[in-house]
Amino acid sequence: MNAIIQAIVFLPLIGFLIAGLFGTSIGAKASEYVTTGFMVIVAVLSWFVFFNVALGETEMIRVTVMRWIQSGSFDAEWAFRVDTLTAVMFVVVNTVSCLVHVYSIGYMHHDPNRPRFFAYLSLFTFAMLMLITSDNLLQMFFGWEGVGLASYLLIGFWYKKPSANAAAIKAFIVNRVGDFGFALGIFGVFVLFGSISFETIFATAASYLPAEGATEGGEAVINLFGMHLDKPHAVTAICLLLFMGAMGKSAQFLLHTWLPDAMEGPTPVSALIHAATMVTAGVFLVARMSPLFELTEDARTVVVLIGAVTAFFAATVGLVQNDIKRVIAYSTCSQLGYMFVALGVGAYGAGIFHLFTHAFFKALLFLGAGSVIHAVDGEQDMRFMGGLRRHIPWTYWMMFIGTIALTGVGIPGTVIGTAGFFSKDAIIESTFASHSVLSGFAFSLLVIAALFTSFYSWRLTFMTFHGTPRASHEVMHHVHESPQVMLVPLYLLGAGALLAGFLFHDYFFGHDYNHFWQGALFTLPENELLEEYHHVPLWVKWSPFCAMALGLITAWYMYIRSPETPKYLANQHRVLYQFLLNKWYFDEIYDFLFVRPAKRLGTFLWKEGDGRVIDGFGPNGIAARVMDVTDRVVRLQTGYLYHYAFVMLIGIAALVTWMMLGSSF
Amino acid sequence: MTDWPILSAVTFLPLAGVVVLLLMREDSAAGRRNILNVSLFTTIVTFLVSLWVWWDFDYANPGFQMIEKHAWLGTGISYHLGVDGISVLFVVLSAFLMPFCVLASWLTIEKRLKAYMIAFLLLEVFMVGVFVSLDIVLFYVFFEAGLIPMFIIIGVWGGKDRVYASYKFFLYTLLGSVLMLLAIMAMYWQAGTTDMVELLAYNFPRQMQTWLWLAFFASFAVKMPMWPVHTWLPDAHVQAPTAGSVILAGILLKLGGYGFLRFSLPMFPLASEYFAPMVFSLSIVAIIYTSLVAMMQSDIKKLIAYSSVAHMGYVTMGIFAANTQGVQGAIFQMLSHGIVSGALFLCVGVVYDRTHTREISAYGGLVNNMPKYAVAFMVFTMANVGLPGTSGFVGEITTLLGAFRANTWVAFFATSGVILSACYALWLYRRVIFGALEKDSLKSLLDLSGREKAILYPLVVLTIFFGVYPAPVFDATAASVDLLVNNYTAAVQAAQDVALSAK
Repeated sequence: MNAIIQAIVFLPLIGFLIAGLFGTSIGAKASEYVTTGFMVIVAVLSWFVFFNVALGETEMIRVTVMRWIQSGSFDAEWAFRVDTLTAVMFVVVNTVSCLVHVYSIGYMHHDPNRPRFFAYLSLFTFAMLMLITSDNLLQMFFGWEGVGLASYLLIGFWYKKPSANAAAIKAFIVNRVGDFGFALGIFGVFVLFGSISFETIFATAASYLPAEGATEGGEAVINLFGMHLDKPHAVTAICLLLFMGAMGKSAQFLLHTWLPDAMEGPTPVSALIHAATMVTAGVFLVARMSPLFELTEDARTVVVLIGAVTAFFAATVGLVQNDIKRVIAYSTCSQLGYMFVALGVGAYGAGIFHLFTHAFFKALLFLGAGSVIHAVDGEQDMRFMGGLRRHIPWTYWMMFIGTIALTGVGIPGTVIGTAGFFSKDAIIESTFASHSVLSGFAFSLLVIAALFTSFYSWRLTFMTFHGTPRASHEVMHHVHESPQVMLVPLYLLGAGALLAGFLFHDYFFGHDYNHFWQGALFTLPENELLEEYHHVPLWVKWSPFCAMALGLITAWYMYIRSPETPKYLANQHRVLYQFLLNKWYFDEIYDFLFVRPAKRLGTFLWKEGDGRVIDGFGPNGIAARVMDVTDRVVRLQTGYLYHYAFVMLIGIAALVTWMMLGSSF
Repeated sequence: MTDWPILSAVTFLPLAGVVVLLLMREDSAAGRRNILNVSLFTTIVTFLVSLWVWWDFDYANPGFQMIEKHAWLGTGISYHLGVDGISVLFVVLSAFLMPFCVLASWLTIEKRLKAYMIAFLLLEVFMVGVFVSLDIVLFYVFFEAGLIPMFIIIGVWGGKDRVYASYKFFLYTLLGSVLMLLAIMAMYWQAGTTDMVELLAYNFPRQMQTWLWLAFFASFAVKMPMWPVHTWLPDAHVQAPTAGSVILAGILLKLGGYGFLRFSLPMFPLASEYFAPMVFSLSIVAIIYTSLVAMMQSDIKKLIAYSSVAHMGYVTMGIFAANTQGVQGAIFQMLSHGIVSGALFLCVGVVYDRTHTREISAYGGLVNNMPKYAVAFMVFTMANVGLPGTSGFVGEITTLLGAFRANTWVAFFATSGVILSACYALWLYRRVIFGALEKDSLKSLLDLSGREKAILYPLVVLTIFFGVYPAPVFDATAASVDLLVNNYTAAVQAAQDVALSAK
């Protein structure tokens, strides 16, 4: 088993090295086959591990690789920790990555830099695997920033486009803002627990529970930013810092601005990194740290708040976007919000379940969108699509499956439904049933977001595939269905999008919960959501269904029945429309608040601080005086040197003389 | 342990090269080649000897090793050499960077090649001498003498404004050296010895520690350089030839940090503790201020120079956090910065040799015709940003952790440097490397030559190696750093106990 886990993690690395170092000499074909071949092996092995660890009897597996940073009591190793949570992520990451590798063989067919592309894809996979197998927080941080690097490289893959370069940098820097919090969180964990290894943290975490009947003001265990915190508050503070990292990586409200821009990268990248895997790293982090988050109601309330607001905010923006990829990007952002709400209310299983199903249908939607873009010669604006259904039927049906999975089509009260039906409804019902102070607030936002989700998803389908073609004659003439190498991954993901919910809901958040997770997700004994969410009122169970149906009908009315209505509405509510179209003006606000002041401050410090003050009063001022004297005596080039040597020699001579005299006394 | 004086050998071996060079003529192509070959050979042999020092070094021994001691002039001053876990790797680093300097100067130095190489070899003698000296006078001689060849290198082979740059360098350093000399005299007067091992064991009175600390600080802060005495560095870097920048960033800047570790912290622990908040403040200012300034630079070398100041901020912060992670991290950060910033300056040299401009706006789209260069530059940029998996990360994260343990606010502000470094480094990379290749002056540029590959590739490997497996460095420094930190803590604790019992 150890060898299998090492193979899963390191084969993508080897693939990266082969394609990256020797890509130009072995050629594009060989690079594609090597990296993709490795990924197929890795994907198969991942399912094997999943069946053994998650569904089978094997408990947690730990593999030590080698030492990393060890300084005093701080000890971070390279090691793998595979429990059910990791096994689930194995399946998600490697299945999607494998299919994206295959799909890219077709999609990137015309690109001259294919070896580099496949090398980056494999590098990403490796970093993601390091993240999910990490045994301590620092290794997780390695994977965390490693996926950030791969994302940066892939967003900027077409480096000739200025917009792609700008998006790549933006993604890296916004993520760094989150990492700032993550790093401080890691330091806090170390000071609090004396270790950053999960084993130790989880073992001692329970002693940080607020004691029964304890009042405020326990013994201070850490002094954080001037606050003397007792144990429960310290855990809250640390969880909030870690969550800041999660917000950056998972593009949550306030740190979400990079994700839509990241769509500048090639579409397979959007599917793999910016939908199915990397952006879920934040969800994984919180789930992994559930033994800490479970202890702190306050931190989880913040998680619920941010998650619910993100789910709502991103859905509103998604309503009016015209770029097919941006609609799906905002949808991703919104769905990640759902996952965080689930974690925040304590339904960790439901959150990870949604992560699992979302990976299938969102990758499907992105790869489907890629297939559409491929067909219409690179066009991404839905206003220039329409009527593609008959030209690319397979893509249409696969996108259709993705849409019904995302919107959560299914019959409440039965086990008939798509993947999203099981996972999303579980989250909405758990939120209602939870005891979080924000439960009502979050529940309403999530239901509204479900309505919006349904609307923008169907809007996308109708604008792209239905109605009359709006593309030019020339483009319509060339429209063609994608090759099998691109379609087969769609079929497999389509199967996942339909069946993943039905097959696995009992394991992730149902009867087999305990046997499946085997303690990988920690819940306190008083957390009985797993039971309680079954007993919510009937109207709660039906509300997501109604929201979904209402969204579908509205979209159908506005984009099929009466296509003039959206234009009329946009004109009627100009301000609101512009507000949504411009994504609540976040980019403009950030530019005004952070980017421009930083540049101005930089210039000011340089010209005024360094130039006028320090140099002006310091060296230049003195220099000007000394210059007057020395100018006449010696030639400039060497003058100071002799002075310096002279002063130094005199100094040493004086010292030596003095010491000789001194020692003779 | 060897019987022969290995530390003297590693220090003075370059002098043998100097002697040979003095006998040579440089008026023909063959003469030039011979000069280069002799220099390269000398520096490589010195590096191999330094590796032997590392090999022979006993990790478990926290004290000084490979000691050589001879009385000198009957003054009490002695020729006393030795290394411990703090200094041994700096010796290796100094010797390691030298062959790269020779290679980087292979074609670019057209006038007075012989004098140039002699200056570099002398520089090596003095720098290694600083790290192995165990007598404070000897230390002072090496410490100050090392600046002379550097002056010459900037002043003779430098760029357009070389005179102004070397002048600024001179003024800054002068004040520091005078104060340090006075402090050394005072220490001798008080303790009656110039032997550093004895001085390390001597307890200076509290009042005196303050003054001595300040005098040393004046000298080391300039070398570091710490804000606000950093403005000589960007000018010196911009004017220096490539190899000069490598040594400046790679080794000369480390003299300050080494000085703090060798003198300030162990000899004046009470003053160090007293002044630590000030050092923290200056470090934070350095990290944030110079990162912001770096962002707005239009000259590549200046940008990297400012980023060096920011990175040295982590070092001073780590040292005065005075715990194991802080100090070990600071040493690692210095070594890593020696490799990474040296490599970055070498990267600038590669394009400067081709286009003779350092203006960022003159570049763009180099990835199109220089892909290998783009990869190497990417690795060093990422190391500069502190990406995990590169050596830059290890130093940053351990110093930050050390700082967090000492004071969470310090860590808070210093960690924000992590965001800023990404801003300036990635922006630089984008403007130089990415984009379409549109400028005519760049279209004919060739990718790395064999010589340039030989320079950059080993550095790429080391940057990643030490990022993934930094254990050799941490193992070598662990024992000595523990000793240093324990003594420091004990001294501070004892003073507190005295203060308490006096009440």
